[in-house]
Amino acid sequence: MINIIWLSMIIIGVLVAAIRCLGVTVTPLGIYLAPSFEPLSQLTHSIFDYSEFAVTLALGLVGIMALWLGIMKIAEKSGLITVIARAMKPLMIKLFPEIPPEDPAMGSIIMALSATMLGLGNASTPLGLKAFADMQVLNKYKTIATNAQCTFMAISTSSITIIPATIIAIRTAAGSANPAEIIAPVIAATAVSTTVALVMTKILQRLPRYQVENYLEAEAEEVKHEES
Amino acid sequence: MKNLKGKIILFSVLGLLVASFFIFSFVDVMQVISVLAIPVIIVIIPIYGHAKGIKVYEVFTEGAKEGFQVALRIIPFLVAIFLAIGAFRASGAMDILTWILSPITDRIGMPGEVVPMALMRPLSGSGALGIMSELIKTHGADSFIGRLVSIMMGSTETTFYILAVYFGSINVKQTRHALPAALAADLAGIVASVIICHALFG
Repeated sequence: MINIIWLSMIIIGVLVAAIRCLGVTVTPLGIYLAPSFEPLSQLTHSIFDYSEFAVTLALGLVGIMALWLGIMKIAEKSGLITVIARAMKPLMIKLFPEIPPEDPAMGSIIMALSATMLGLGNASTPLGLKAFADMQVLNKYKTIATNAQCTFMAISTSSITIIPATIIAIRTAAGSANPAEIIAPVIAATAVSTTVALVMTKILQRLPRYQVENYLEAEAEEVKHEES
Repeated sequence: MKNLKGKIILFSVLGLLVASFFIFSFVDVMQVISVLAIPVIIVIIPIYGHAKGIKVYEVFTEGAKEGFQVALRIIPFLVAIFLAIGAFRASGAMDILTWILSPITDRIGMPGEVVPMALMRPLSGSGALGIMSELIKTHGADSFIGRLVSIMMGSTETTFYILAVYFGSINVKQTRHALPAALAADLAGIVASVIICHALFG
């Protein structure tokens, strides 16, 4: 997907510039041509400018990323996630009714979501994978997602983010007067998106078209296909 | 007993937050949260770590070491996406796209320049980061567009990537309602960002 988008953006860009090189102007009196290479040379110039900017930008991030990753390392090592996880448990039991409260899956779900909330990017992906593996143990049909897995997925992609560190770093590098001013708006916007994620999963999982039974037939057919 | 104490703390925090919205304006409350967030975190986490017997200074530097790697790791992605964005913008193709989408985006008060980022966000995190940086460079970090893309970036996720990684890891092929629900959440995040940004910085 990303490959096609990337390629088409370049092709469209060069094509549009090439067309503009013809310098077509349409007036009631007729069509005029004023050919020039200006748009294409501008494009070349801009591409070189941007690739240089990519490096300047990335190097500008080093300081703040280092600061944040340092703080987060302390949070990780001191077991702060466990404390947050304990506080979130009552809520999580309600959100994942299919998962027994004492099941290891519940523990790993809570840990993973707490890490996402703290913006522990590197630490939260392995925790998420662990949560999925634990939920899979409870899955009756191994190739079809469970309600709990869908809910977890929707929450983790919309999750409340407390500190968007990379964004603050980019804003600082770009000379913002107040790089952190976006923290509260981000919390508010993610609160909205998490709510929508939860409501949507609870509504959609009841719809007939998303019932597990529908997928059973499709899966059975596929297996038959593979065998023959 | 312990549970009760937790509930009291939770409700008093929530109560204070709700009350503060009535006493002060939404804008004030948002500003205070933004100002306090970082100082509170850089105090609480190290104190907690120290209390747990962590060598805070050493652990901090151990984590900070990764900062350079993170920055280096994103350079190839930034160059790649800037190539596409550079060609797309300098040629005037971006202006055409913005113009085509303006009837829809104007209605929700979203500047057309932001549309490519909203489209890229669920597909590629580094791609969206590239577009965001480019918009911030062009328009300034403290412009309306600069603030809006920052908020949008922070409140949405690389949904397709996460879906592929998580479900792929356990070999689940039928993802049922996971994708529609997650995309609806992303859309809600984008619309909420626009509304909140207008309310605070409009």
